[in-house]
Amino acid sequence: MFKKILTSVAIATCLSAVGIANAETKVGFVYVGPIGDHGWSYQHDQGRLALEKELDVKTTYVESVPEGADAERVIRQLAADGNEVIFTTSFGYMNPTIKVAKKFPKIKFEHATGYKRADNVGTYSGRFYEGRAILGTIAGKMTKSNIIGYVASFPIPEVIRGIDAMTIAARKVNPDVTVKVVWVNSWFDPGKEGDAAKALIDQGADIITQHTDSPAPLQVAEKRGVYGFGQASDMKAFAPKAQLTAIIDDWAPYYVQRVKAAIDGSWKSDDTWDGLKAGMVVMAPYGDAVPEDVREMADKVKASIIDGSFHPFQGPIKNQKGEIVVKEGETISDGDLSKLDWYVEGVDGTIPK
Amino acid sequence: MEILVAAILTIITAATPLLFAALGELVTEKSGVLNLGVEGMMVMGAIVGFAAVHYSGSATVAIFASMLAGASMAAIFGVLVLVFHASQVPTGLALTIFGIGLSALVGQSMIGVAYDGIPQLHIPVISDIPVIGEIFFSQDGLVYLSIFMVFAVMWFMNKTRAGLILRAVGDSHDAAHAMGYSVLKIRFLAVLFGGAMAGVGGAYLSLAYSPLWVEQMTAGRGWIALALVVFASWKVRRVLLGAYLFGGISILQLHAQALGIAVPSQVMSMLPYLATILVLVIISRDRSKIKLNAPASLGKPFHASR
Repeated sequence: MFKKILTSVAIATCLSAVGIANAETKVGFVYVGPIGDHGWSYQHDQGRLALEKELDVKTTYVESVPEGADAERVIRQLAADGNEVIFTTSFGYMNPTIKVAKKFPKIKFEHATGYKRADNVGTYSGRFYEGRAILGTIAGKMTKSNIIGYVASFPIPEVIRGIDAMTIAARKVNPDVTVKVVWVNSWFDPGKEGDAAKALIDQGADIITQHTDSPAPLQVAEKRGVYGFGQASDMKAFAPKAQLTAIIDDWAPYYVQRVKAAIDGSWKSDDTWDGLKAGMVVMAPYGDAVPEDVREMADKVKASIIDGSFHPFQGPIKNQKGEIVVKEGETISDGDLSKLDWYVEGVDGTIPK
Repeated sequence: MEILVAAILTIITAATPLLFAALGELVTEKSGVLNLGVEGMMVMGAIVGFAAVHYSGSATVAIFASMLAGASMAAIFGVLVLVFHASQVPTGLALTIFGIGLSALVGQSMIGVAYDGIPQLHIPVISDIPVIGEIFFSQDGLVYLSIFMVFAVMWFMNKTRAGLILRAVGDSHDAAHAMGYSVLKIRFLAVLFGGAMAGVGGAYLSLAYSPLWVEQMTAGRGWIALALVVFASWKVRRVLLGAYLFGGISILQLHAQALGIAVPSQVMSMLPYLATILVLVIISRDRSKIKLNAPASLGKPFHASR
C-alpha cells in the first residue's frame, strides 16, 4: 500500500559506453526497507544513484517490499518491465529471485547476502567483519572500563562474525577487554535498541557498538557521554561527539562494475564477497575523540587487511573456554566463516540457541 | 544500588508511552467504543511531535501538536464509526495501517534529523539528592504528566458526574440515551481524548525515549497498550501497574542479558508479555468483577432510533 515505484531518468554523463549509445540499459532494484531508513536500504539506494551518475542507464526501485510472496510479484514486475539487471537486496528475497530468474533467463539477477545461485543469478555481500576488526582496535585502545557493550539483533552467523571479529581485535590491543552482548531480537526497534545500550552502559560499558539498524544506541552513547560506532551509514549527525567511526556499506563500485559487465556481455553468475580492499566496506572519518596514536593503529590494521598481510580471523584464536581452536598461522576459511556459531574468548555470555 | 537506580530510570521511560496510550484507550473503551487504531495514532503523534519540535524548537508546541495529530486521527475514526456506523474493529485496523503509511509520507524530510530530547526537570539541591532526587525529581515533563493523567482519569471516572455519564454511555447506550444524554457526542469526545493521549504517547518516543524519527518507530507499542487495557480489566490503577510491569521486565531482561545470565534471549524477550498478562489476569480473575468493570456496550454501534 505504501510502496512507491519511482523512476528517475539518468543523466547521460558517461562517454565510454560507445557500443550502446542509443540503447539505454534498464536496471531495477528491490529494497526491504524504506530508502529513508538511514541504514541498509538507504545505502543500497546511494549505490543506485552512483550507478545512474556513472553509466548511461535508467534505474527503477521499489522500496519497503516485504520478504515473501509480495517480493516475487515485485521482482516479476520489474523483469516484465524490461529491466536487464535486477538487484534484490535482502536475504529473504533469495527464493523469489531464483523463481523469477527461471522464467526470465535473459535477465541478469543479483541477490545480496544469499547463497543460491543460477546461470543468471549471482550473489554478493560485504565482509563487514573487516570493519569490525578496526572498530575493535579503536575500542580496545579507548575503553577505560575494559567493557565493550554490543547491541545485537539475531544470533545468525553474520552477527556472530561481527562480535567475534571485534572481540579478537580489541583483545589484541588490550587483553583485559570483555565484550557484553545484549540481543534485542529485532533488526529495527529504536526504543528497544536504545534501552539495550542504556543497560550496557549502566553495567559499565564505556564503548557501545551495534548490529541493529537505527541510530538509537549511538544517540544513547552521546547522551551518556560514552563512545560508539555508526552502523551501515555515517551516523555522525546523531552523535557528533560519540561516533568514533562507522562501518559504511558502499555498494556503488560493485553496482557499476556489474552493470558495465552486463552491458559489454562479460557478465557471469558468481559469488562476490568483498571488503575493505574492493571498497564495499568503507570506514567513516574518525571522530575528534580518537587520539592520534589510535588513528595510526587503526589505519595500520586497515592497511594490513587491504594488502592481505592480516586477516581478522587468523590464529591463534581461543574459544570461550580458553582452548586454542585456530592455530597460529591458520585462518578460518570463508566456508567456516559463513556458518560461524561460536564465541571467541573475551565475549561474555552464551549464544542463544 | 547504582545499577538499580539506573534500571528504574530506564523503566520509567519505557513505561511512559504505554501508560499514555493505554489511559486514552481506557477512556475510549469505557464510553463503549473499541478503537484498534492506537498504533496508527501513536505513530502520527510521534512524527508530528518530532516535526513540530524541529521547526518550532519548542517542546511544549511539539506536545500540543502531537495531541492534535492523535486527536485528528481519532476524529477520522470517530466520524466513520459514530456517524457512518462503520464497524469498529476493521475501521480501527484500517486506522493503524493508514497512520503508519501517512506518517512515513509526512516524515520523509525528517529522516536523519537529530534532536537532543526534551529537557529534564532540575530543581537545585532536591534533584541532586541521591536515589530519591534522581528518580522522583529529575524526569522530563511528560513523565510527570503521565502520572498526573493517571490520577486525573481516576478522579474523572469515579468522582465526577461527567465520568459517571461516560460510564453510563459505555454500559448501556440505550438507557443513557433515554435519560437524555447525547451518546454520540460523548463517545466522540472520548474517542478524541483517546487519540490525543495516544498522540502524546507516540511523541514521547520521538521526543524523549529515542529522540529521532524513523518509520514505524512505535514498533507495536500501540498493540501492547490495547492489551494492557483489557488485561487490566478497565481499571486505571491496574493500567498503571501493567505499564510499569511491562516496562520493568523488558528493561530487567536486558540487564540480565548484560550480566550474562544464561537464559535464552528469545525467552527473555517473551518475558514482559508473559509476566504482564499473567499478573494482570491473576489479580483480575474474579469474573463477576470483570463484568462489573467491562463496558457492557463495548464495540456495539448506537442508533438513536432503536
